[in-house]
Amino acid sequence: MRLPAQLWAGAALSGVFVAAALISLIWTPHPVEGMNIAARLKVPGDGFVLGTDHFGRDILSMLMVGAQTSIAVAVVAVGIGMAAGVPLGLLGAANRGGWIDEIVMRGNDLVFAFPSLVIAILITAVFGPSAVNAILAIGIFNIPVFARVTRGGALSLWTLDYILAARVAGKGRLRISVEHILPNVANLLIVQGTIQFSLGILAEAGLSYVGLGAQPPVPSWGRMLAESQTMISFAPHLALLPGMAIVLTVLGLNLMGDGLRDVLDPRLRRAR
Amino acid sequence: MLRYFLSRLLSLCLSLVVASVAIFAVVEVIPGDPAAFMLGLNASPDTVAALRAELGLEGGKLARYFDWIGGLLVGDFGVSYTYRVPVSELVLARLWVSLPLTVYALILSTVIAVPVGVVAASRRGSTADYGVMAATQLGIAVPNFWFAMLLVLVFAINLGWFSAGGFPGWDKGVWINLRALTLPAVALALPQAAILARVMRSSLLETLGQDYIRTARAKGLSRRQAVLGHGLRNALIPVMTILGLQFSFLLAGAIIIENVFFLPGLGRLIFQGITQRDLIVVESVVMLLVFAVILVTFLVDLAYAAVDPRLRRR
Repeated sequence: MRLPAQLWAGAALSGVFVAAALISLIWTPHPVEGMNIAARLKVPGDGFVLGTDHFGRDILSMLMVGAQTSIAVAVVAVGIGMAAGVPLGLLGAANRGGWIDEIVMRGNDLVFAFPSLVIAILITAVFGPSAVNAILAIGIFNIPVFARVTRGGALSLWTLDYILAARVAGKGRLRISVEHILPNVANLLIVQGTIQFSLGILAEAGLSYVGLGAQPPVPSWGRMLAESQTMISFAPHLALLPGMAIVLTVLGLNLMGDGLRDVLDPRLRRAR
Repeated sequence: MLRYFLSRLLSLCLSLVVASVAIFAVVEVIPGDPAAFMLGLNASPDTVAALRAELGLEGGKLARYFDWIGGLLVGDFGVSYTYRVPVSELVLARLWVSLPLTVYALILSTVIAVPVGVVAASRRGSTADYGVMAATQLGIAVPNFWFAMLLVLVFAINLGWFSAGGFPGWDKGVWINLRALTLPAVALALPQAAILARVMRSSLLETLGQDYIRTARAKGLSRRQAVLGHGLRNALIPVMTILGLQFSFLLAGAIIIENVFFLPGLGRLIFQGITQRDLIVVESVVMLLVFAVILVTFLVDLAYAAVDPRLRRR
């Protein structure tokens, strides 16, 4: 099977940032926590590939470590959403119309009606700003998303003959859900996971931009943008580079999600 | 229709109850003693006790919840701890910034997205279509606050066409304020317009594949007449739903954008409330935003049913 070009492009783009985050675990071009006032506000190229900020910290190194923060927050938030949402969705579909199903569906309506960013801000404000609370705030809103996707996919599977065969063979609803339904909704979950991953990166950037995400000295893209704002007229590279990192990562993930959907769900190919 | 209306109304009320309980729990129950939280670590026990009495914290949590809700219902949002004025006054003043900003952005987003989506769909596979799809893919990936900073860099700092932030106030005239809201509205609108244009395009593509469009063409209508006269109206239904959702994104997005442009709106009020630990302000403003969003969702549901009679029977 030929993989779509956008899948390659997306995977390459987001792969660069994942690689940068991984490399930064063991090596960065310059230490990110060391200040070097003599080398402050250097433009890209002058001994520092992407220049330095107002404390003389190397932008490239900060972007690499910032990728760690963004990716870690988004991955764990997706993990929370899947860990709680998928079982809920499976249970809801297995007992269609039952009270679990009812709770899953009503909970969904409710969370979709909520301005999620407002609630995320509220949560991080009350519990104190930190990367962990940002993860929780973003993760909570991932739960209904995964519950809905799982339930939707599972409901259509429950009507199929091979599920009926499994029931005739004496398998319980729980066992069928785990053995037959889950592997068949995995495709949907991978695609949705990619989308929520990119949304998580945007949400983390927004929260840390307003000071409610990762706290100093941990570098994060959103806070780099916030700090650059007052210097935008004389050091625009400080604002341009972290923003471009966010855009390229999110773009890569979105392209990858679209590509994966085309590959994993051939029915959608015609409609696009 | 009445049945549908009542079921939506019930769902609206239920959402509001759950939302208010959740907000109350997050703000007043989880952090422990709100008075101690508001005054910080160094407050003397006497001061905390005085504030507890002032806020009416002596009663049980359930009683406090009903006090709060009862107050909200009659427009009494409590008195701000830091500003020493009724929260309703603060909110009303800020609303005149946030609401025009949101509406401005919503109009911009619709005016840009609908024609763009229609052009892309009616010329599927053309260069214009690919251009639109690439641009919208990029638009979805751009964080609105970063886009806002770029707009400031280009249009305020380099070109000097707009101010970089601030809000003169409506008593200074309409035009000057609309100008101050333009960059924030564009920053809010463009990423949303990207999503809306994609929805418009795919919805119209689906409609254009329907038999009645072929019939219309067979009767001799031009492609343009068929698209505008028959396709567009039917394709607008999903677009309406997204528009309703966008209101909530725009309102929430406005919170961050207001901070970029130093606009004295509800978003700034929430952040000031958070930094000053003014829980009464935070709680009520968040509840108000949630109420606005739930209300808009309700109205969209009703409009949806008015347009598409099949939905009323669900």
